[in-house]
Amino acid sequence: MKTRRVSEIGMAVIYSVLIAWAVISLIPLYWVFATSLQQPGEVDVMPPKLIPTVISRYLPLRLSGEAEEAAALVDGALESYRLLFRKTNMGRWFLNSLMISLCATTGILLLDSMAAFSFAKKEFPGRNFLFWLMVGTMTIPGQVLLVPMFMVVRELNLVNTPWAVLLPQLSMVFGVFMLRQFMLTIPSELMEAARIDGASEFGIYWRIMLPLAKPGLATLAILTFTSSWNSFLWPLIAIQKSEWFTLPVGLKTLQDQNLVNYSLLMSGAAVAAVPMIIVFLSFQKYFVKGLTLGGVKG
Amino acid sequence: MLKRIWKARSGYLFILPKFIFFTVFVLVPIIWSFFVSFQEYRIFGTEWVGLRNFRDALQDDLFWMAVSNTLRYAVVVTPCSVAIALILASLIHPLRPGAQTFFRAAFYLPTVASSVVISMVWRWIFQTRYGLANYFLSLVGIEPINWLHSSAWALRSVIIMAVLTPPGVGVILYLAAMGSIPESLYEAARIDGANRLMQWWKITVPLVKPTTLYLLIVSTIGSFQVFDQVMMMTQGGPGYATTTIVHRIYNVAFRDFEFGYAGAMSMLLFAAVIVLALIQSKLVSSDAEYKG
Repeated sequence: MKTRRVSEIGMAVIYSVLIAWAVISLIPLYWVFATSLQQPGEVDVMPPKLIPTVISRYLPLRLSGEAEEAAALVDGALESYRLLFRKTNMGRWFLNSLMISLCATTGILLLDSMAAFSFAKKEFPGRNFLFWLMVGTMTIPGQVLLVPMFMVVRELNLVNTPWAVLLPQLSMVFGVFMLRQFMLTIPSELMEAARIDGASEFGIYWRIMLPLAKPGLATLAILTFTSSWNSFLWPLIAIQKSEWFTLPVGLKTLQDQNLVNYSLLMSGAAVAAVPMIIVFLSFQKYFVKGLTLGGVKG
Repeated sequence: MLKRIWKARSGYLFILPKFIFFTVFVLVPIIWSFFVSFQEYRIFGTEWVGLRNFRDALQDDLFWMAVSNTLRYAVVVTPCSVAIALILASLIHPLRPGAQTFFRAAFYLPTVASSVVISMVWRWIFQTRYGLANYFLSLVGIEPINWLHSSAWALRSVIIMAVLTPPGVGVILYLAAMGSIPESLYEAARIDGANRLMQWWKITVPLVKPTTLYLLIVSTIGSFQVFDQVMMMTQGGPGYATTTIVHRIYNVAFRDFEFGYAGAMSMLLFAAVIVLALIQSKLVSSDAEYKG
């Protein structure tokens, strides 16, 4: 397939530029983890310790048989994490974020797939109007609606409850649009056959449509989970009680209270980043598919 | 008509749950936003004030400061991030699939870690005495810079962070667009004696133009809404040196509780976004003609 050859020198240039840029891109993430493993005294030094002591010294100590010192080193490196979970509400915030993101993902998959099924495969008066009404609002950036959104949530008495963060997410339209595009490509013959066999409309949706739409659902699930986990501005507005903070809002408070304890702050940042990194590395192809489906048609 | 609606009732029932949430959290706020900006909110009841909130916003120095900061951010960050995405994708495209996957992941990884996490670590990198940034500068003999606490550098710091955070989405979209360019075009160009740079400039760049336009507009709209980074790194300061439009709206609404005034500023922001979107659709349709 690749008939256009790039000379070896050209290849070397390409690789070195890409590797250099990748290193620059990944330094901040590396620095999160490196700083989180340093003890407070090691952080405020010039020149900075580019490699945490525990990484550079652990193996030499183990190999020279000083197991106790090596264990003490690991213990010291984890000090920030211990402090984080003992002295702050981090564990609680983590669970809040996890619960809200999981519920948002489940809810959106269910609601959006039902709506998308109807828009893609059913005929009824007003269908196109309703569809374009929904899709049309996608152009309105969420930030524009902060104030009226807050007033709605206040009227419903949801402020300072996890519902205030969860429920508005269920109104997002992107998934309906994406799943409809996906379901349009699924042939209708299977549905017709099931209908002749006496399947109910819900049975057709549940037993035929959902299994066939699995790739689209997986993509939507990943995108929803990450955006829910990372959302910051709205939870910051909707929740003022520490017990219901999500992780990003918790991190903001942590930073406000520990302005200079960078090792503690970075361990908090690491706790927020690790689940996303794991999700991304395990489901990379769904990210790619979701972006190209939701984005421009080449 | 009623009979037709009754016959198609299952169609409505499937949409109903989504539509309830859509109505409560999208339609009602949209309609409400029109009223909010013409009212002043007091502890007891509200008062119609006509266009006063808009007039106040347009005469407010802080609002214009926020607009100017936001524009300065958008003008640098948008072209840089789209150009970087195009260059990175062009370099990745000729590689083997395995290497492609690796670099795509490396450039997308900072995007999946939340902006809050990335902003926190950059605040630490920009720390004046012990931060990495000043350490690297000292290696090449440059005096330390007071990044986040001087009004001269604070906004530049936020911009530097945005430019150095790789445009992961852009890289992925460009790679998809480049993958759909037929190989025969390049072959024809080679027969005509075009070198690789010429091929890139005359074939690749024009054919990924829809992606470029899309990214330009999405990235501009994104820059208009920048908030997380500013909130986490500088809180809009020092003074108002890094206050952006959304940060100003946030402060007016949720610190000063002037909902009407904040609503008016939101409407102005929305108008700006709409204008951008219209320009985009113009550009895209003229591009379709060009492609024939």
